[in-house]
Amino acid sequence: MPETNNNLVRIRDLHFSRGRSKIFNGIDIDIPRGKVTAIMGPSGTGKTTLLKLIGGQLKPEKGTIHFHGENIPAMKTKKLYDVRKKMGMLFQSGALLTDMSVFDNIAFPLREHTDLPEVMIRDLVLMKLQAVGLRGARDLSPSQLSGGMARRVALARAIALDPEMILYDEPFTGQDPISMGVLVELIRSMNDALELTSVIVSHDIQETLAIADQIYILSQGKIVGHGSPHEMNQSDSPWINQFVHGEADGPVPFHYPASSYKDDMLSGR
Amino acid sequence: MSSNSRVLEISVGIFVAVGIAALLVLAVNVSNVGGFSSGQQYTVTANFDNISGLKARSQVAIAGVTVGRVVNITVDPVTFEAVVEMTIDSQFDEVPVDSSVGIYTAGLLGEKYVGIEPGGAPDFLEEGSVIRLTQSSIVLEKLISQFLFSQSDEDK
Amino acid sequence: MFDWFAQIGKNAIEFYARLGKEVLLFIQTLLAFVPLVLRPGLIVQQIYSVGVRSMLIIIVSGFFVGMVLGLQGYNTLVDFGAEESLGVVVALSLVRELGPVVTALLFAGRAGSALTAEIGLMKATEQLSGLEMMAVNPVDRILAPRLLAGIISMPLLAAMFSAVGIFGGYLVGVDLLGVDEGSYWSQMQAKVDFDQDIVNGVIKSFVFGVVATWIAVYEGYTCIPTSEGVSRATTRTVVYSALVVLGLDFLLTALML
Repeated sequence: MPETNNNLVRIRDLHFSRGRSKIFNGIDIDIPRGKVTAIMGPSGTGKTTLLKLIGGQLKPEKGTIHFHGENIPAMKTKKLYDVRKKMGMLFQSGALLTDMSVFDNIAFPLREHTDLPEVMIRDLVLMKLQAVGLRGARDLSPSQLSGGMARRVALARAIALDPEMILYDEPFTGQDPISMGVLVELIRSMNDALELTSVIVSHDIQETLAIADQIYILSQGKIVGHGSPHEMNQSDSPWINQFVHGEADGPVPFHYPASSYKDDMLSGR
Repeated sequence: MSSNSRVLEISVGIFVAVGIAALLVLAVNVSNVGGFSSGQQYTVTANFDNISGLKARSQVAIAGVTVGRVVNITVDPVTFEAVVEMTIDSQFDEVPVDSSVGIYTAGLLGEKYVGIEPGGAPDFLEEGSVIRLTQSSIVLEKLISQFLFSQSDEDK
Repeated sequence: MFDWFAQIGKNAIEFYARLGKEVLLFIQTLLAFVPLVLRPGLIVQQIYSVGVRSMLIIIVSGFFVGMVLGLQGYNTLVDFGAEESLGVVVALSLVRELGPVVTALLFAGRAGSALTAEIGLMKATEQLSGLEMMAVNPVDRILAPRLLAGIISMPLLAAMFSAVGIFGGYLVGVDLLGVDEGSYWSQMQAKVDFDQDIVNGVIKSFVFGVVATWIAVYEGYTCIPTSEGVSRATTRTVVYSALVVLGLDFLLTALML
């Protein structure tokens, strides 16, 4: 396959469980360089866990996660920290450091990892803030930001070290339509302008379909669908149909597994 | 940011300074360190029949002024006398060798201390000297029983 | 029956695993002190939030404790006609016991609980994960400066507590109850020994500083990252710190006598 060389991340036969419940049961995912890859699925399918596995914060039971041809779960701590400098991650909550201003938050990775003079850090921070449209908010503290602004600041921080790849954890959840539109626009334009590789974990179908180049759909520890947004919309798989069109009942049942309704009601007597 | 961090640095500086000052107050004003333990000292010993109540770190005084401390108390395995080892500050280095020592009590319920009564000899005590003239601690029970016995003798 | 034994074995293994993990994390944190020398700013900031902010409560409490000691000590001593020894009683109680112990208890309540809540909330709001993904190790950046600041601050706070307490005892004893000023200080100076009393007190407060700060930092770092988990961890910090400080105090006193 000629495409393999073009993949920044290659996940093979990944197994992971939390306690007794199996979260991933042998999944394979390829994330091509320079593209926006979306990983979708209902809540509780371990989408965030997948990002943490790629970031090396969790270790899988079995399987490999190759980043630049190197297996992340097998890395020593020091090597792992070096690799993470090439990744940026946007957390659902933004995960801004609450004891510093917006400016210092974005300067933080630069100050930790480079010896740049303060003047240069200032210029870099202002450039990143300009890119997300929040240069005027530099002196605010994270608690003064709205959810959408916090995510934009976090995005500016994620690109501070000019990473090759950005992982987005539920970037659209809980946003009003305007900030949602801003984020969609930002993710797409960042990806193209900075030649990034983006991975989006989300269950917001319309926004994700709008910007993704390819989509993986996860359910019950397996990949149940894979393809371009167009292919997903046209898919005849009942499962993908239920998910993409948001139907209440289908292959994913409306009811949590339980004994029969009639028995349950009568047993109370 | 910069004025903020300035305030922070100054307050931490004050905090550390006050803390160290408190430690110094404890060391100098409360425990009076440096009065004796820091300077030059010499060690002398004296044998007593009975030291009842004297302890290591008790005072050694001349005319009521503290000049040193008891460092060690042992029993001579042959004579069964108490051997009291004490250090005396070097600034009091002209104590005659024929001085006598006794064990006294500071006040009725006070601590025992070693008192030195200076003699008249031209030679002075030095490191390792042994003081010959000793007066043992007064044991109250013995004194009382002596008194009672002498009373009963007179009655006859 | 067999299940019962199996359960005990399982619990024991679990216990040792947790203990081992904690010890490893502690060593990792201590090792992180070395690079911290190059970044004194981080430590200064933490000494501010751990030490400077505890200063007021420590000084005020020390003052009151000293005054109480002055009153109680006087009333007991005056029966024996030994009120001149008030200075000794106040100074020895403070320097050897109350200074280190009460300071550690107040520290656990004031700074320890705040540390746990701060680190716990950083975990709950993904800030710790965020640091890891920015290739910054939270052990180096968050735990180590806080632990070091606690270890530096505690002996200083305990010394302030004792010094202010002795002054409080002086105010009550000398100014209020008429103990002779000269004997208050001179008896104190004669009886309080630098090596035996002051140094031992400082050693105690140092040990308590390590223990109380470590408990606070560890509970925050390992808490369940929910609001309930953080509140439980904060409670545990205060309870464990108090128990461990009092237990260790007995042990240290026994060793030092």
